[in-house]
Amino acid sequence: MAREGSNARADGASAANLDADELARFDALASRWWDPHGPARPLHKLNPARLAFIRERAISHWRRDPRSLRPLADLSALDIGCGGGLVSEPLARMGARTLGIDAGKEAIAVARAHAREAGLDEHLSYRRALSADLVAEGAHFDLVCCLELIEHVPEPTALLADARALTRPDGLFFFSTLNRSACSYAAAIVGAEYLLRWVPPGTHDWNRFVRPDEMREMLEAAGFSAIEMSGLSYDPLADRFRLSGDLSVNYIGCASPR
Amino acid sequence: MTEETVPRPDRPTPLHRVDVAVVGGGLVGLTVAIGLAEAGLEVAVIDRAAPADQTLPAFDGRASAIAHASVRLLETLGIWRHVADHQPIEQIRVSDGNSRLHLHFDAAELGDGPLGEMVENRHLRLALFRRAAEIKTLHLFAPVDLCAIEHAPGRVTLRLADGSTIAAALLIGADGRASRVRRQAGIRHFGWSYGQQGIVATIRHELPHGGIAHERFLPSGPFAILPLTDHRSSLVWTVRDREADAAFGLPAALFEEAIRRRVGGFLGRIAVEGRRWRYPLGLQLAERYVAPRTALVGDAAHGVHPIAGQGLNLGLRDAAALIEVLVEAARLGEDPGDELVLARYQQWRRFDNVLLACVTDGLNRLFSNDITPIRIARDLGMEVTGRIGPARRFLMRHARGTVGRLPRLLQGLPV
Repeated sequence: MAREGSNARADGASAANLDADELARFDALASRWWDPHGPARPLHKLNPARLAFIRERAISHWRRDPRSLRPLADLSALDIGCGGGLVSEPLARMGARTLGIDAGKEAIAVARAHAREAGLDEHLSYRRALSADLVAEGAHFDLVCCLELIEHVPEPTALLADARALTRPDGLFFFSTLNRSACSYAAAIVGAEYLLRWVPPGTHDWNRFVRPDEMREMLEAAGFSAIEMSGLSYDPLADRFRLSGDLSVNYIGCASPR
Repeated sequence: MTEETVPRPDRPTPLHRVDVAVVGGGLVGLTVAIGLAEAGLEVAVIDRAAPADQTLPAFDGRASAIAHASVRLLETLGIWRHVADHQPIEQIRVSDGNSRLHLHFDAAELGDGPLGEMVENRHLRLALFRRAAEIKTLHLFAPVDLCAIEHAPGRVTLRLADGSTIAAALLIGADGRASRVRRQAGIRHFGWSYGQQGIVATIRHELPHGGIAHERFLPSGPFAILPLTDHRSSLVWTVRDREADAAFGLPAALFEEAIRRRVGGFLGRIAVEGRRWRYPLGLQLAERYVAPRTALVGDAAHGVHPIAGQGLNLGLRDAAALIEVLVEAARLGEDPGDELVLARYQQWRRFDNVLLACVTDGLNRLFSNDITPIRIARDLGMEVTGRIGPARRFLMRHARGTVGRLPRLLQGLPV
């Protein structure tokens, strides 16, 4: 379950930008989204570094107090492919009015129940929807996140076009994904799936991974500029991911609408 | 903190929602609460004693040696400026019973201010309560008894004797050696008694102490003379259990005579001031520092022998590390009670605490006896350590609390 959910139409229409096999695989594991020892373990491990990147960029973009516990107050946020809400909940705690969307019925049920338990339901809502559905409704958000999802959809360019349409002109778009490199094959497929058994084998399709230069090209084609990227590197001694200059496996970035 | 009303058949019960609930409003518990609340977290502190009682001289007659790094923590959190009275420790002299060999630590050698400060616990408590009152996200529930700790998904609920209820994402046990939070979380602890008790008293003396702390290793255990303000010193007289009743119960004149004999003549005439206290000494370590939605700090996690004056300082290091971990997590929007967040705290603190517990335990066993070969060996060891600059400076830095990966607050930096 090393991805942030899925992006598919609720009725599973064939035109939708989703992979039915992937969706079924992730929904079957939905109840374990919040188990830090379960199949979502890599995402739990990635989270502090991903959130630190989002927080830092948002603070400098909107000139917020760097010590604030709610630097996203008065902003709206969209988490595309929210899964169980691993990113949506922190966005809401940081003060953003947050909407999480996912194509998975089970994921949305798990996310809603967890938000209720955490007492977050006031600022945080979830919908079973696809990014294209929100575009059709004309929705806009200050901050749009699409983390660990791009490598799981058949049409990444369509997903990025949706993200562009959903991001306000003065807003920020955040993305993270896996690089298509020898390192990522070793780390994400052989390491995480087969050796460490962090995630079930078959979770990732290496051919769908995106190289940073391809990512940049797709973002520009979708209408984004001011693209910044940072590596997310695993430090085995501290058992933590850190932001780094090494983009060879996991990386995160942000972009502004042009 | 939001207040809601939970409908109950008999009467309405106020429900307080907070991020963190601290059980135990003592020195370490209040420090953690202040650090978290100052950063913006909603914090509740529950204590069974009233704040006004805790600052009376009769509540706690002890004084604490606050290491240099701990002073920086208290300064950074805005607590130190409320401490009414403190005495800098400029030198520490360690001597071994009747032997004239001794170790000598002088702050001037490190050239960075005093080794630490002596503060009477009641002054420190008063400073903590004053600082706590300045922070609007810190809510003190005292005096009140804790009736029940209940776990539900996403929160811990505390039921108080006055009928109110506190729901928190994280419960911090700062409730001392007999920690109820620890017991209820099912965290085992191990340890042993030293068969010793510490008798604490304050003396007033004729001659100035010059800011020098003395630690003498007598066969029954260490005897410490710690400088306080105004020609006063705090004494810690360690006696074996079987002698404790007799020593503690001595009539005033005889008690004073016993003290005078052990202090010697260097402070001139001396008189015992106020009452005496006694504390059993023992080593105790919790098997884990964290459990689901629960973290332990201070004596609830570890009680070390007071031989090196490190008990409170270790507790304050816990406080500094836990504040840093939780504030960093809160800034990232993480749940403060999350298992992976708490694991970061445990990983950081446990090694340091176990190490120091072993060192102080070893020191006490080494020095609390009068067997000739050990005596000769330790005299030699002392002489050697005293003469080797680097070893002595390392011990001094440990006394000041500046060894190991330091939390930001102990470096005098805000989190």
